[in-house]
Amino acid sequence: MELGEVVVSATGIEKYFGDNHVLRGVSLDVRQHETVMLIGRSGSGKTTMLRCMNFLEEPTVGSVRIGDITVNADPLHTRSRAHREQIRRLRLQAGMVFQDFNLFPHMTVLQNCTIGPIKVKGVPADQAVANAERYLDKVQMLDKRDEYPSRLSGGQKQRVAIARALSMDPQVLMFDEPTSALDPELVGEVLLVMETLAHEGSTMIVVSHEMQFCREAADRVVFMEGGVVVEQGPPEQVLNAPEHDETRQFLRRFLDA
Amino acid sequence: MAAIEGSGAVAPPAPIVQAIAAAQRRRKLSYQLIFGATWFVLIAAIVLALTTRFDWAFLAKWWQFILAGAEVTIELTVCSILLACVLAVLGALGRLSPNPVANGIASLYVSLIRGTPLLVQIFVWAFGLAELGLVLPLFWAGVIALGVNYGAYMTEIFRAGIQAVPRGQREAAQALGMPERLIMRRIVMPQAIRIVIPAIGNDFIAMIKDTSLVIVIGIQELLFRAQSAGRQTINIMEASLFAAVVYWVLTLFFSYVEQRLERRMARSDR
Repeated sequence: MELGEVVVSATGIEKYFGDNHVLRGVSLDVRQHETVMLIGRSGSGKTTMLRCMNFLEEPTVGSVRIGDITVNADPLHTRSRAHREQIRRLRLQAGMVFQDFNLFPHMTVLQNCTIGPIKVKGVPADQAVANAERYLDKVQMLDKRDEYPSRLSGGQKQRVAIARALSMDPQVLMFDEPTSALDPELVGEVLLVMETLAHEGSTMIVVSHEMQFCREAADRVVFMEGGVVVEQGPPEQVLNAPEHDETRQFLRRFLDA
Repeated sequence: MAAIEGSGAVAPPAPIVQAIAAAQRRRKLSYQLIFGATWFVLIAAIVLALTTRFDWAFLAKWWQFILAGAEVTIELTVCSILLACVLAVLGALGRLSPNPVANGIASLYVSLIRGTPLLVQIFVWAFGLAELGLVLPLFWAGVIALGVNYGAYMTEIFRAGIQAVPRGQREAAQALGMPERLIMRRIVMPQAIRIVIPAIGNDFIAMIKDTSLVIVIGIQELLFRAQSAGRQTINIMEASLFAAVVYWVLTLFFSYVEQRLERRMARSDR
C-alpha cells in the first residue's frame, strides 16, 4: 500500500537507566501504512526504544510525536499533572501489544476490548461492543468473547491483546516481541494476524526476532546495536545484503539457525 | 497402552489398576475415619474432664440469655471489619502514594496502632475521649477501636496485595490511555482484592474472637453476658465454656462462608 505522511516521529531519543546509557540518540519516523521492524540482539535497546515511544519508559532526552500529539522528554517532572496528561493523550494514539499479553484476568475477552473505548474515550457501550466484536472477528476470537483469559491458549491471548489494541482505533500499533512468550506451535496464528494487518495498511512498529514475518510483511527494517541505529532499509536489502559487519554477524546467527 | 496397540479403543483397565484404585479408596476412607475418631475422642475427653462438676441446671436456665450476646458479637464483628476494610484501602493507597504527606500519615497510623495494645486503644476510645468531652456510644466506641486496630494490620495486607498485581497490568492499562484513578479502580484493585481475600477472611475470624475484649467497656456481647450470668452463682466454668463453644461455632461457620467466597472468586482467575 502507498505510504502516507509521517505519523510517528521520535527524535533524538536517549535513555539512561542509572549510569547505563541504553539509547544514544535514536530517531525514527514511521509513515502511515508503513510496517517498521526493529531488530537487534537483546540489550541493543530496541524494546526500550519502543517503550520510549509511548512513554512507558520516560526518555531521558528527546521527543515523540504521534499524530498531532507531541511530548518532550521531561524526566525531572515526571509527576507533573500536565506532563502526565500529555503522555496519556500520546498513548491514546498508539496501541500496544506486549510480550506477555497482559490481558486483564478479571474481565472477559469482550470486556478487555471495551473497557478502554468506554471508560477512556467515552464511546457508547453498544457502539464499543460492536466495534470490539468486529476486531475480535478479525483476529478470529469472536467465539470466545465471553471467556476469561485464563481459559485461552497463549496464541489466543495474544490475538485478543491485538484486538484490544485495535479497539482503541489507534494511529499506530506497537508490538513488543509479541511471539517470544509463545510455544512454537502457536507463533504462526499470531504472525498471520499481524501479516494481515500489515497488508491491510495498518501502521505498525514491531520489535521481534521473527525474520519470516520481516520478509513477508515489513516495509522497512531497522537494525539497532549498542543503543544506536546501525543500518536500515527494505528487508531484502538489510537481510540479504547488509552493509555493516554488526548486521552481518547478527543475521548470521538468526538466518543460519 | 491403547495408543501403542493402535486400535484406537480404550483398553479395559487391567486388574492391577483396579486393585490400586480400590486400595487408594480404602486408605482414604480409613484415614478420614481415624481422623474423625481422633476428634471425637479428644472432644469427649475434654468435655468429660471439664464437666465433672458441671452444673447443667445453670446452663438450662441461662443459655438463652448468653446466646443473645452472640448477636451483638456478630454486629460488632461485621461493623468493625467493614470500617477496617475502608481504612485499610485508604492506608494502603497512602503507603504506596508518591505523596510524602499521604505516606507519612498512613505509616504513622500503622506504626502507632500496631505498636500499642488493642486493650489500651479500647480504653482510650471509650473512656479516654470521654474525659475530653467526646462521649461515644459504647457500641460505636468498640467498633471504632476494633476497626481502627484491624485497619492498621490490614493496611499492610492491602499494600502487599496491590503490589502483587503484576506490573504489566498497570502498563497495559496505561497503554490504553487510562488515567491513574481508573487504573487503580478498574484494573489494580479488583485483582488486589482477589489476592487479599484469604487474609481478610482470616482477620474476620480473628475479629470474632477479639470482640470479646470490649467486655472491659461493658458492651453486652457474648462474653459479657456469660460472665455476668456466671458470676452470680459462681458458675464461671459453665458460662465460659458455653461462650467458648458459641465462638467456636461462629468461627467454623464464617470459615466455611469465606472458603465458598474464595472458591467463587477464583473461578475467573488465571
